[in-house]
Amino acid sequence: MKYTEDHEWLRLDGDLIVVGITDHAATQLGDVVFVELPEIETQVAKGDEIVVIESVKAASDILAPLDGEIVEVNDALDANPALVNEDPMGDAWFFKLKVDDVRALDDYMTEDEYKDHIGD
Amino acid sequence: MAGDDLKTLVLADLHAELGAKFVPFAGYSMPVQYARGVMGEHLWTRENAGLFDVSHMGQVMLPDGSDAALEALVPIDVMGLAEGRQRYGFFTNEQGGVLDDLMIARVPGGLFLVVNAACKDADIAHLRAHINGVETIEGRALLALQGPKAEAALTQVIPEAGQMRFMDSARLDWNGVELWISRSGYTGEDGYEISMPDAEADAFARALLADDRVEPIGLGARDSLRLEAGLPLYGQDMDPSISPVEAGQAWAIGKVRRAGGGRAGGFPGADTILDQISNKPPRRRVGLLPDGRAPMRAGVEIFASEDAATPIGVITSGGFGPTLGAPMALALIDAATPTDAVLYGDVRGKRLPATQTKLPFTPPGYKR
Repeated sequence: MKYTEDHEWLRLDGDLIVVGITDHAATQLGDVVFVELPEIETQVAKGDEIVVIESVKAASDILAPLDGEIVEVNDALDANPALVNEDPMGDAWFFKLKVDDVRALDDYMTEDEYKDHIGD
Repeated sequence: MAGDDLKTLVLADLHAELGAKFVPFAGYSMPVQYARGVMGEHLWTRENAGLFDVSHMGQVMLPDGSDAALEALVPIDVMGLAEGRQRYGFFTNEQGGVLDDLMIARVPGGLFLVVNAACKDADIAHLRAHINGVETIEGRALLALQGPKAEAALTQVIPEAGQMRFMDSARLDWNGVELWISRSGYTGEDGYEISMPDAEADAFARALLADDRVEPIGLGARDSLRLEAGLPLYGQDMDPSISPVEAGQAWAIGKVRRAGGGRAGGFPGADTILDQISNKPPRRRVGLLPDGRAPMRAGVEIFASEDAATPIGVITSGGFGPTLGAPMALALIDAATPTDAVLYGDVRGKRLPATQTKLPFTPPGYKR
């Protein structure tokens, strides 16, 4: 598992990268009431805002961690956005991204580095 | 956490002990939520009783004999306010907009006002420019106990509070301490607002929190509760450019202050405001239920159709209603808009449909 400075986790699943948000981020957001997911087969560029998470407090974005194509989204979040609070590191993944070269993941933080980043 | 200029509440240590997260608000470091979180606190208040610290708000006393002078600043029937009763009102400006909203209670010795924290310095200057003997009340905390079990919880410590009805104001004794209590609030629920000396606030709050029915509630849930209740927030749903008639608050303007009344007009912006009551304001406040799950927040522009070029209005408050179980919003729209028209909010470049609805979004629990 790798981590971004924007509190996303990135998990390698075969040749795909699964993207979610960390426990820390979910706690900060508060109760999630709506998730807007991208369309499948969307081409995204690193830094694009591709998911909107609305909590009772505010809206926030998830950015594409790498260039690639959205190949799967987690439709369970449409019916149950609260899953983001219940299981942010597991069942509440947002999308799976197909990238040219998964080694680009190496540029992101390890768990220890992320813990330092959030001052945990 | 707290900036250099941020004021702290007298109960800040208690809030921290209760697990509060603090945010800056109106110059104060305020508890925005506790461990339960905004959604949980909101639902708790609708089912049980929530304790809110609203000590940031301004408390002001006007001496006896101030009624006429106050009526020159607010379109409210102050003279008709009986001893022990409270009314909602607002300071208006010459353009017919709103400078602040406030509560006015007739108490022994005069009128007791509660004004918004962000406006209190300006309000007090405004009052002092027109009324003699304006006294700012320093050193008194203000707590609100709200929810269907508020009466049961408060009467455990102050039995006489059970005899009050909605918008009554009373001074009641608690262990030798004089509490200034009104049966009112900002959640749409039954409840009380209680002013007490700072020195007693911790003991009084702990006495209420000792009751299993009472939990501390932060500013986050205060906002979603008031929005579900259809209550305007000053600075969003009302401001110097929005009239009380446009904001849906004409109900607070007594008959005696309206055209044809015994003391018609005589407040700033009276011509505009009374004309808007008699005829029609240019804009009207409306409740909106977005069709989907996506909240439409303040600032979202409202359109009459999916492809209209020009907006007909804007959302002034919006979010998710935990009790409603859906997104909700207040919007200020062109008054000519048909009341049954489906409207479209521009959310991140997409026109999403929303249905106009009656307010409040959730049924009130006031004990009238």
